[in-house]
Amino acid sequence: MSPVLAQSDQLIDWSWVERNLGQIIDRTWEHLILTGISVGLGLLISVGLTIIVLRWRWTYPSITGFAGLLYTIPSLALFALLVPFTGLSETTAIIALTSYTLFILIRNIVAGIDGVPEAVKEAADGMGYTARARFWKMEVPLALPVIMAGLRIATVTTVGLVTVTAAIGLGGYGFFILRGINTFFWTQLIVGVVLSVVLATILDLAFIALQRMLSPWARANA
Amino acid sequence: MGIWGQLIEFVTDPATWTGSGSFWIRLFEHVWVSVAATVIAIVVVFPLALYLGHVRKGSQAATAVVNIGRALPSFGILAIAFLILVEMGAGVRTPWSILVALIALAAPPVFTNTIAGIQAVQPSTIEAGRGMGLTGRQVLFGIELPMAMPLVMEGVRIAFVQVIATATLGALVAWGGLGRYIIDGFAVRDNGEILFGAIAVGLLAIVAEVGFSLIQRAVTPKGLTVAR
Repeated sequence: MSPVLAQSDQLIDWSWVERNLGQIIDRTWEHLILTGISVGLGLLISVGLTIIVLRWRWTYPSITGFAGLLYTIPSLALFALLVPFTGLSETTAIIALTSYTLFILIRNIVAGIDGVPEAVKEAADGMGYTARARFWKMEVPLALPVIMAGLRIATVTTVGLVTVTAAIGLGGYGFFILRGINTFFWTQLIVGVVLSVVLATILDLAFIALQRMLSPWARANA
Repeated sequence: MGIWGQLIEFVTDPATWTGSGSFWIRLFEHVWVSVAATVIAIVVVFPLALYLGHVRKGSQAATAVVNIGRALPSFGILAIAFLILVEMGAGVRTPWSILVALIALAAPPVFTNTIAGIQAVQPSTIEAGRGMGLTGRQVLFGIELPMAMPLVMEGVRIAFVQVIATATLGALVAWGGLGRYIIDGFAVRDNGEILFGAIAVGLLAIVAEVGFSLIQRAVTPKGLTVAR
């Protein structure tokens, strides 16, 4: 904790990176787990809410309205709102991070399903599909690009927000960013920021690859 | 004492409302840095976006800005701004690093929405204007800009709401604003102070969002396509 004195002439002290590789790997896991659980839970809840919306249309404005309200609350404030009840814990982080994904995911899933052309649905009906089969075999696969776009945005956003959980003692790579700020040790700060951007980019690319695998018919146009 | 009792105790403490660390000073810090960042961002990027939209060269630039902006987390932007400003000797307990970070956050929505707004104007409308003998400048300010205005304002709203939210992080670089309550509350484990900060920040964000939407609705002309 020696401000300014800790700095060397270079911005990045590579020996720090070598010495702290174990810690960097631990924080990578933390970052991945917080992101994965939050986006996964968010997806489950969003699918549930979308099923409600598709059956009872009138619930859509209130559900997106509520999700939008949660989305408006600044991340640090949402953590703070939960801390008195769930403490400085993973639970706090996951509840807050999950609630941020809902707005993005619900809107994209509903928009995706709504975007399936009427003619396709009629063709499915004409071929004798039941409503359930039509939904899972026609509407969901055709909605996949829009749903995947939502998942990509939700994941990249969550990777960024995980860094803020450093304020409640977690943070993934955000731990390095915050400690870099507090100790003026720029190596940590830069490592934290760069790795968080790299992780977001890798996950984004992974989703693009997954989408290409899941929707082979779209490959020709991609 | 329960959590809510602690909150009431913090709210009824006169020290919360008076002196150098009073709520009003924190609120003022939070709002001025947000307004300043948004205004500066508009001044910097709006003319450029207008030009790029007008010459129809903006789409790729806009896409690039969106992609970069999404991958770079707000906290990361703030950290980089902090590093640069400390290295430049701007001092630590100053608002400059959060101001710079917020400008960087406010710029992309204004930039992309302005370009999108101008490019959404039908080519036939622009041709009609040209046919009437309007110069390029007259097309821009008489047709494209007024028609793009709703999307531009939407961009400004998104930028401002995001800036108000992110200004909370100013407390993480040892500056003020309403985030101070949250970070200080975490440090001393005072649930009352933590909740007070959370509610103040949350309400401010919602007020900014709703208030701006109302203003936006009020200033958007009813018939944008009507000749002025």
